Formats: sequence, structure tokens, C-alpha cells
Amino acid sequence: MSVNGNIVEDEAHRLYRALRRIRRVEEVIAEIYSSDKIKSPVHLAIGQEHVSVSVCDCLEDGDWVGGSYRSHAMYLAKGGSLPGLMAEMYGKDTGCCRGKGGSMHIIDVAAGVMGSSAVVGSQVPVAAGYALAAKRAGEGRVVAVFLGDGATEEGCFYETLNFAALHSLPVLFVCENNGYAIHEPLAKRRARPGGICAVAEALGVPATRVDDGDLFRIRDAATSFVTRMRQGGGPALIEAVVYRWREHVGPNEDYDGGYRPLSEALPWMEADPVARVGALLDADVRRKVNEEVEAEITEAVRFAEESPVPRPEELYANVFA
Amino acid sequence: MSSPEPRVLRYVDALREAVDQEMERDPSVFVFGLDVDDHKSIQGSTAGLLARYGADRVFTTPLSEDAMTGVAIGAAMAGLRPVHVHIRMDFLLLCMNQLVNIAAKAHYMWGGQVKVPLVVRSMIGKSWGQGAQHSQGLHGMFTHVPGLKVVAPSNAHDVKGCMIAAIRDDNPVVFMEHRLLYNTESAVPAHPYTVGPGESRVCTRGDDVTIVGISNMAQEAIRAAELLREVGVTAEVIDPIWLMPLDIDTILASARRTGRLLVIDNGWMAGGLSAEIVAAVAEAAGPSAGIKFARMGFAPTPCPTSPWLEDHFYPNPGSIAARAWAMVRPERERWVPSAESAKLAYQVQFKGPF
Repeated sequence: MSVNGNIVEDEAHRLYRALRRIRRVEEVIAEIYSSDKIKSPVHLAIGQEHVSVSVCDCLEDGDWVGGSYRSHAMYLAKGGSLPGLMAEMYGKDTGCCRGKGGSMHIIDVAAGVMGSSAVVGSQVPVAAGYALAAKRAGEGRVVAVFLGDGATEEGCFYETLNFAALHSLPVLFVCENNGYAIHEPLAKRRARPGGICAVAEALGVPATRVDDGDLFRIRDAATSFVTRMRQGGGPALIEAVVYRWREHVGPNEDYDGGYRPLSEALPWMEADPVARVGALLDADVRRKVNEEVEAEITEAVRFAEESPVPRPEELYANVFA
Repeated sequence: MSSPEPRVLRYVDALREAVDQEMERDPSVFVFGLDVDDHKSIQGSTAGLLARYGADRVFTTPLSEDAMTGVAIGAAMAGLRPVHVHIRMDFLLLCMNQLVNIAAKAHYMWGGQVKVPLVVRSMIGKSWGQGAQHSQGLHGMFTHVPGLKVVAPSNAHDVKGCMIAAIRDDNPVVFMEHRLLYNTESAVPAHPYTVGPGESRVCTRGDDVTIVGISNMAQEAIRAAELLREVGVTAEVIDPIWLMPLDIDTILASARRTGRLLVIDNGWMAGGLSAEIVAAVAEAAGPSAGIKFARMGFAPTPCPTSPWLEDHFYPNPGSIAARAWAMVRPERERWVPSAESAKLAYQVQFKGPF
């Protein structure tokens, strides 16, 4: 890992906190899920949090991110409100969408989280629209949009990369390739399963593939691309190969489902980025971070549970602006 | 002191002027879509905008309607005001995912945190072999979806006011133009003005029957009313202008008074605006009002290209007048105006090609 000296401690501290916080938030969501208090299907990012953390680590206030239905990690990594997220899970009036979005549609405009969408690939062109506005504003702002490998099969993915390259838009496409679209492996969906970066390059979008789950390699790639974008450079794509530890949707593991074996997951679990970055910290420091994270989550759950439910008339609010 | 002669403009020039004036007023407005910057400039409706505002604000696109709609939505949420242009309404089917799943729902599902001030311009074709994929009036699909506004101005005055209102609106607006209306003229004030969401127009006053005409069918219904007047029937023609939100109150009040409501849609009848308008009036008025209803629209077929078939596909002033006559004078012999008298000026003048 490309870190050393004092920087290691500051960085590792910051990154570990972000990773641990997302991991624990989703584990807590999974624990609460069976109580039926959470009124929303959840697509957990457990095992692939490091992509959001590493990319958002090189973003600034004023930059935007958007993503898919699996966006808790992105939302939290970019600074979205944790109590707002948790209350949204509970369908409460204090949720980040006031109970109208749920887990799949999360947003925090103040934090630059421009929203997540449940239709695969649909936020990819929307992100390019934000990038068009960012380019027009000329203030060096950038947009990162998170998508799965399945989204790279949607027509709008190709259309958007072409347009973004044509107009040199400051948008970073972050493909979290977990190898499955719901339960279907890449090999059943693409003639060239390893060809995502080649497609991007052919459309004029420089692309880098990181296949070992190394947070720092992803961050180095993102930093390099984002720096170039802030100076007027065009779009880029990072393909981060990851592994989804839990089922496609829901709180459980599904290695008994027959579509993927546990043996496939074990190497990824052994190389868990949360543990790897945590190991860079002294045990006392790590414990303190863990305690702070738990306290924050406990408070967020309490906030969600004690928040009021939306009033019936809220159903009709905000159909039109 | 005599008032000056009103300025007369063509529909297409009024439309162009509206966009021009809004681009002048608000630098966040931009116009994009295939061919908006070429020498034909969408039948002249974007003429001069490139020279005046530059390629950052007037630009063409790849043939990628799905993603370009997403780009427009993102730009709108980020604070710009895009006008996305499609030379035929049929192409909006390529935009449906973004329009229905994102544009219509963004403000609601993201808890009111974002707005999508987007105008989607689209033009309906007719005649000269426009056929099955260049002639569709798909407004019923869009009015079905909460969160979208839909407008179909039928004259030069309204197209300018509606476009200015649409650009200033903080919601996605599906803006339906009609190719055959482009050369029609009416008095158009030079200053910017709005014909806002929910505004309708009573085009002719009458006591015997209320005729609602959607999009260019408003013009056809006005001609039908002229023919009816010659045989002693007075029709109140209403142009709803905005289909969502719809001014149902004006239609309801007129139908209550005349006792007869004939709705002419520039679209199919099944599950469409004519069904919606009749249902809304019937529900509000109740059976005691005794209102008689009838509807006309596209034949329940794809649009054919041969004029000998196409003539039977659309309602026209003759068939509208005949239908209204049958509603008003059911005891009398069937009456159909001559085909020649039923022709509209814009159809007589139009020589093609598109």
C-alpha cells in the first residue's frame, strides 16, 4: 500500500472510519431488517464499501455523486446524513426523502448526493447532465457516478460515455463490477466478460481496471482522473472488481442458492478492505473509532425509531414543484 | 386615438421568438437536440439561436434520445433550464424511461430536494406520407403519469405564451407542436407573456354543443363550428391548451350549459384524453345533468401513408360538423358538409415535402 509516515495515520484513520461506519450501518440495517421496522427493500454493499470510500475521498464539497439502488455506501462516503438515511429506511417523515424514496432512492443535496435510482443505469446520463452544468459553471467541480456491471449492458451507458467524451465532461464513471446482475454471472451476459474497459476506451473514455479490491489503487486512479477533470480534462472510467457478500436484495447471505459457491467469496472476505485498512491503525485507535461509530449508529437508529411517521396529506405533496 | 394594428406572426416564428426571449432573459436556458443548429433549424423554429447564443447554448446531439433525456434531467436538477428538441413526437418513445422514471418522479421520490425544469419539445407530423411512426399524438401516455405537465398549443399566440410558461416552470413539460400549424398565423404580442398551466381558451361561443379540440383539432373544430353555423347550429369550441393540468371547469361549465359534449382528440381514443375529459365531466355533472357525450379521434389503427387511407384516419371539419349535427338534431336527417367546404386553409396551402 502506497502510504507511509504520518500521512498513513491520518489517512488510515479517516479511511478506516469511513469504511467501518458504512460496514456497521449496513450490518445494523440487516439486523433490524427481520423486525420489519425497515419498510424498504435493501441492497447492501457489504464487501464493496471501499470503492465509494476511495472515490469519495478525492472528491470535495461541491462535487456531486449519483448511483444505483445499492447506494448506501456512496451516500455515506460523500457525507449524506446518517440519521436521514436511517429514518428513510423506517419510512419516517424525517427521512432524507421524507419517506418517499426508501433505500433505493436516497439523496442529500447539501452533501452533493444527487440521488440514486432503482432502474439500472438510469442515473448514468443524469450524472452527465450534472457534469454538463459543472463544465458550464467552470469552477472545477466534478461528478462521480456509481454503477454496477449490469448497467454497462444498458444502451444509455454507451450513449452517455460517447456524449461525455464528445463534450469532455468532468464525470467519473465508477463501475463496481461484482460479477452478477441479480444472480446472472457476466459470462452469461457478455461475449467478452472482461471487456468493459475496452468498450469505454473505444468510446473515447480512458479506463482503468482494479481487480484486487485494493482501496489505495482505486483511490490513486480516481485521484489521477479527478485531478485531470478539474483542469478541464474529459471523462474517465474505473472498473473496480468487487464481491457482494450478501444476497442481491435483502439482509442475508445466499451461498446456498446454487448460483455461486461460498468458496468464490472466501478470498474476498479474507482480503476484507475494512480489516486491511483497520490493521494500519493501532489497536487503541481502532477501538476508539469503533466505539464512536457504534455510538453514532445507535443515535441514528434512535432518531429513526422516535421520528414521526408522515401525515396522510404528505402523500399529495411534491408531485409538482 | 386608434390602437396600432396587431402584429401577426406564424406559429413557427412565435415559437422561435419565445425561446429567443427566454434565452435572452435567462442564461441558464439552453436548447439542444438533433438538428437544432443545422441550416434547416427544425423547420425554422430554432433559426438564429446559434448565431445569437453560441454553441454552448445551442447544440446538436448524438442519436441517443434515452441518454440525452437523462442529460437534460441532470442539467435541470443542477440548475440549468434545458429545452430538448425532437423533430417528431414518436421519438419520445426512446425517452420514456428517463421521462417517466426520473423526470416525472425526481421531485417527489427525492423528497422535494430537487426540481426538473425541463421542456421537451416535440412535433407531430401529418400527411405527405408521415405514416405510422411520424404522426402519433402520444399525449395520453404522458398525462397518465403524475409529475409531467403536457401542453399542446394550437395557434401562434398560444405557442409563444405556452413556451415561455413552460421554460419558466419548475417541472418537466412535454410540449406538443403540430407540423401543420407551423405556417398558421395569428396576432402575437411582441413582448414576452405566458399562457400558463391550466389555462384554456373558449374559441367560439355557442349554445347547442360544446366541442373540445385538442392540438390541431382545435383548428379543425373551429372550422366545423363555422360550417355548423351555416345550418343554424352554434357550437362552443374549447381549446384546452394545457392537457396536464387540464382546465376541466371551463369544459364542465360549457357542457352543462349546452347539454352536449363532443371531444375531438388528435390521438387515439382508447385510454386517452377524450376518455378522460368525458369521464371527468360525467363524474362531476352526474346523470341528472343529462349531458350527451361523443368522442372522435384517430381511427384505431396505425396511421397509413396513402392519402386515400389517411383521409379516413383523422377527424376533419366535415366529420366533426356531421357528428355535432347528429347530436344536436337527432330527429333530423343526417347532414354532412361538402368535402371542399370542409378543407382547412392550412391543408389547402400545404404542398410538402416536410
